[in-house]
Amino acid sequence: MGATRIPASLTQASQARGGVGESTPRPDGTLKVTGDFAYASDLWHEDMLWGHTLRSPHAYAEIRSVDLSQALRVPGVYAVLTHADLPAATHYGLEIADQPVLARDVVRCHGEPVAVVAADHPETARRAAARIVVDYRELTPITDEASALAPDAPVLHPGRTDAHAAHVPHPNVVHRQPITRGDVAAARVRADIVVSGDYEIGMQDQAFLGPESGLAVPAADGGVDLYVATQWLHSDLRQLAPVLGLPEDKVRMTLSGVGGAFGGREDLSMQAHACLLALHTGKPVKMVYNRFESFFGHVHRHPARLHYEHGASRDGVIQYLTCRIVLDGGAYASASPAVVGNAASLGAGPYAIDNVDIEALALYTNNPPCGAMRGFGAVQACFAYESQMDKLAAALGLHPVELRRRNALSQGAAMPTGQVVDSPAPVAELLRRVRAMPMPPERQWVTADEAGETIDVRALPGGRAGTTHGEGVVRGVGYAVGVKNVGFSEGFDDYSTARVRLQVVAGEPVAAVHTAMAEVGQGGVTVHAQIARTELGVAEVTIHPADTRIGSAGSTSASRQTYVTGGAIRHACELVRERVFDLGRARFGSHHPAWATAELLLEGGKVVTDGGEALADLADVLGDEVIDVEREWRHRPTEALDPHTGQGFGHVQYSFAAHRAVVEVDTELGLVKVVELACAQDVGKALNPLSVTGQIQGGSTQGLGLALLEEIVVADGKVRNPSFTDYLIPTIVDTPSIPVDVLELADPHAPYGLRGVGEAPTLSATPAIVAAIRAATGLPLRRVPVRPEHLTGT
Amino acid sequence: MDFLRPTTWGEALAAKAEHPSAVPIAGGTDVMVEINFDHRRPAHLIDLTRVADLYTWEVGDERVRLGAAVPYTRIMTHLRAELPGLALAAHTVGSPQIRNRGSVGGNLGAASPAGDCHPALLAAGAEVEAESVRGTRLIPIDDFFTGVKRSALEPDELIRAVRITRATGPQQFAKVGTRNAMVIAVCAFGLALHPEQRRVGTGIGSAAPTPVRARTAEEFLAAALADADLWASGEPLPQGLVREFAELAAGACNPIDDVRGTAAYRRHAVAVLARRTLGWAWESYRDQIGSTEGGAPRCA
Amino acid sequence: MRVNLTVNGRPQTADDVWEGESLLYVLRERLGLPGSKNACEQGECGSCTVRLDGVPVCACLVAAGQAHEREVLTVEGLADHARQRAADRPATHDTPAPPPDTPEPAPGTDLAAARSWQASPADPANSELAPIQQAFLDAGAVQCGFCTPGLLVAADELLERTSEPSDEDIREALAGNLCRCTGYEAIMDAVRLAAARASQGG
Repeated sequence: MGATRIPASLTQASQARGGVGESTPRPDGTLKVTGDFAYASDLWHEDMLWGHTLRSPHAYAEIRSVDLSQALRVPGVYAVLTHADLPAATHYGLEIADQPVLARDVVRCHGEPVAVVAADHPETARRAAARIVVDYRELTPITDEASALAPDAPVLHPGRTDAHAAHVPHPNVVHRQPITRGDVAAARVRADIVVSGDYEIGMQDQAFLGPESGLAVPAADGGVDLYVATQWLHSDLRQLAPVLGLPEDKVRMTLSGVGGAFGGREDLSMQAHACLLALHTGKPVKMVYNRFESFFGHVHRHPARLHYEHGASRDGVIQYLTCRIVLDGGAYASASPAVVGNAASLGAGPYAIDNVDIEALALYTNNPPCGAMRGFGAVQACFAYESQMDKLAAALGLHPVELRRRNALSQGAAMPTGQVVDSPAPVAELLRRVRAMPMPPERQWVTADEAGETIDVRALPGGRAGTTHGEGVVRGVGYAVGVKNVGFSEGFDDYSTARVRLQVVAGEPVAAVHTAMAEVGQGGVTVHAQIARTELGVAEVTIHPADTRIGSAGSTSASRQTYVTGGAIRHACELVRERVFDLGRARFGSHHPAWATAELLLEGGKVVTDGGEALADLADVLGDEVIDVEREWRHRPTEALDPHTGQGFGHVQYSFAAHRAVVEVDTELGLVKVVELACAQDVGKALNPLSVTGQIQGGSTQGLGLALLEEIVVADGKVRNPSFTDYLIPTIVDTPSIPVDVLELADPHAPYGLRGVGEAPTLSATPAIVAAIRAATGLPLRRVPVRPEHLTGT
Repeated sequence: MDFLRPTTWGEALAAKAEHPSAVPIAGGTDVMVEINFDHRRPAHLIDLTRVADLYTWEVGDERVRLGAAVPYTRIMTHLRAELPGLALAAHTVGSPQIRNRGSVGGNLGAASPAGDCHPALLAAGAEVEAESVRGTRLIPIDDFFTGVKRSALEPDELIRAVRITRATGPQQFAKVGTRNAMVIAVCAFGLALHPEQRRVGTGIGSAAPTPVRARTAEEFLAAALADADLWASGEPLPQGLVREFAELAAGACNPIDDVRGTAAYRRHAVAVLARRTLGWAWESYRDQIGSTEGGAPRCA
Repeated sequence: MRVNLTVNGRPQTADDVWEGESLLYVLRERLGLPGSKNACEQGECGSCTVRLDGVPVCACLVAAGQAHEREVLTVEGLADHARQRAADRPATHDTPAPPPDTPEPAPGTDLAAARSWQASPADPANSELAPIQQAFLDAGAVQCGFCTPGLLVAADELLERTSEPSDEDIREALAGNLCRCTGYEAIMDAVRLAAARASQGG
């Protein structure tokens, strides 16, 4: 094996000033490598108690009685609370408040919280919870579309009053979105080739490494301070305050360190429970889920069944698409309506298809609740439409990339919703780029020298487990491309709030940025500082911790934070800058005519003209003044989709990525090694190239997990593998080299031309890998994750 | 819960005699998971990490006496020549961190059908040295596993060491997992050639309620090798022979469907592993006796 | 029960330890060293990797009592450990005993510290960091950072025994440490970078 080398991209230490476009280091990086960064699970308070949750062992059951007497007798127990103890609102939810804080007379899913305990030690709390006696009467769970819509199916949420209730075909359908455009019936007649297929996606988990946790501290004013790992403080607050029966200003939330999110922290988990226990006991209460509980503590990616039919003319032009996408939302709505909207509106993929008939819906069942996970709705659809593209290419005798190129979406084309794509959509170019990357060498497990061949099993499918020395191993190559919306869609008022303060500290101008953006690892705090440096020409930027003392920043999801909160910071900085110039004109305007006539800029701590002439030091202009601006900022509005036709300007921006996967399959054992997973993505403008690359590689790896490993196995509504022993995410030996080609075609509507990055790479990684396995094996492979059984016919 | 910290083997045995329900803990890689997840609340834990004897091994002419708590990492590093099958198996256990703590004694004590060491021990031939204040007995590995996570150990016994037959011929081990590290075996197969005894040993993991040997396959192969005098000639194995061995190995399985894999897949995969490991072992054997030119590829 | 142990060169005592507690719990909740992370508590993620008498282990699988009178190195002590190693001294012997009046550390992170987590801007010339820590920052190997402490301890130990690891060696040594954010590429880069800097004497 060769000697180690310095990666070329890391040898050029940046000496520049840390503005937009540079790979500046993370402001929280040093704390994270020294172990000093305070994650929610690290918090501690004098006199604090430990909270613990008792959860339902059943998928669907009536609660006949709950007996707390034995639990309350355990020494060291301070409180045991059930539904009966709730002081105010009893339900919450992201969009539809259908989720009980604690179950009352029915549990609708395995793991639903029934009671919470506060005690002086986690073990005391566990022992007390084990002594709570709940008398359940088990009911037959609804587990799929057939049982949800059967004539005698129980209605899981009777008396619905939510906005979707009026449009759904059955009360066990959370939301249904059809999209019709063109004339499918006429196009069908023109189609020379028709391919159809049924596809299935397993239930994926976010599997963030830092389990749900937080610390609730009761306050003297009767309110509560909550330190928590979340994706959206203000959404939590909006749901939490009514449950506590407190006005929002008495529920003060501060973001603590977040160990990853990926959608799994968009819903409440322990927030209400910890606050209720803290308010009840008058003591600080810490709750930390363990990994087992974490699998029940958050929603998962919707499992899906999809039926697709494409018709094409012999020249490889797609004439029509029909599809039906059924998502299992599980017991509670969570983000299901938005997932349905994405699946429908992005269901055709990044292709220009004039005639479409799409239907997407999400069910209420007694399976685990499903909601937001990276790329939601679009991930499920992408596996199906990309599988179809390969099938269609094969039927037409075209290379898979060539078929995609002939139908690729481009700027000016219309989506199935009728929305015209009004910024670059380089679908064909991304595919061209991944195809043009050099291929990894063949048979990398063999080293030959005079003494013969040496095999390194670590480079083979099965790795160290030594299942092959090359026997049965076949290489395959596959391609895929996907489209994801950026930002909140369908008319949602998607805004962020930023406060920027500029003042002189110890002789130097310093900018302070305060938002409620949840830093979950993505590097938002890095980019925020870069934006402030670029806009204000200062070196020093302080990022204030995120809390609810400022207005909402919206969610750290939908690839939206750099766009929306970044946009808000830039906007606030522009206003600060104008105030600086006003101040300068007042103080120094008489010294130089350029103050009145020139275009002014802030650069290098000075006010300069666009001609580069320095007019004054920023510190001198500011003097003792503190310029402080807080503003909300919105991207251009979107529209709701028509409930019958699905037409409308639904999305503010689209994001595209393409993958080429190279795999080696042990065709006899059905084991797969991904050799390389190359990605090309258009990011509009890379505000921090190192972070962008990290997002693309991380997103691609989660797609790899869905392709090969990751599934929450549910039988009769019960989760069978809630542990890291049996829910397997990729390790470093399962993850290949991921070369990334970043394209920067500016979106004229977005700040700096940027395009949201985080989700698109999660879409196409999965179908690219499965396409590569199909190429190696010739098998149809309609379901992910692909298991050895699928590859061996067992 | 009481935490007992014997510093000698005698103290450990006395503690176990006094508290037969006490759970011994060394590497903790199984026991601590059960405690962390509230699956087990023993009244006593006996910490064996201070009993130095358990961390040593002795290499004899015919056997290696391997202390029960010798970590897998040491086996991989120091006993590759004497116990090649076990060293390969040890290398597939969990992760580096787990291999630094976990041991054969712990694997045997847990007696999981999926324990990675068991197929290698069954194939190589071993005796479990079980001891109590009443005395020492040697339990043949073939008699050790009595059911799912059950063994022939008496409540007052602890595993002192494992006496494993030193390799006299090539050994192989392969394990199917759906991930390439930190994975519990979907199935595993160990194979040992014993040229001096003109015998073949096998072990199958995760494909029956206990780890098992494929006895019919062993006997078939031994007879076939003898009939054609292949031990002496070192001729390549006929494909039909290898295939039949593989099918007989699969026939020794009695697997179930679970979240890790189906019964049908396990049978199929055991057959593939049996065929491949026999092929590799036989190629090595031919190298050993010098009957080939160029030789089989080496494994790094 | 009482547990006496040496952590990052300092003698520590934990009292009233429940016998079923792990070393991880003692470090995090009793000794004020929450750097080692509790991501799975079943040895399947490596986030709690520490060195016990020099050997990388999952602290969640070490019973607290097993660490009695042992030496533990956590991420919090990694920079000191690297400095001592660089000075070519045995890492575990010449450590001066702390002054007897050292105040008891608070268990966990108090809220004042938690509120000011962004206080420390990244400094590329930060000599307070171990080379592997600096390399993780430079290579972009840190996102959410929850896996980072365990990875750092494991990677540092790899480089201590293998100065020029191949890519396969790096992957094998880090196979027990899950990361959910980075896709591992930047982590590979970080370890390569640290190894290359060491071999260039930098």
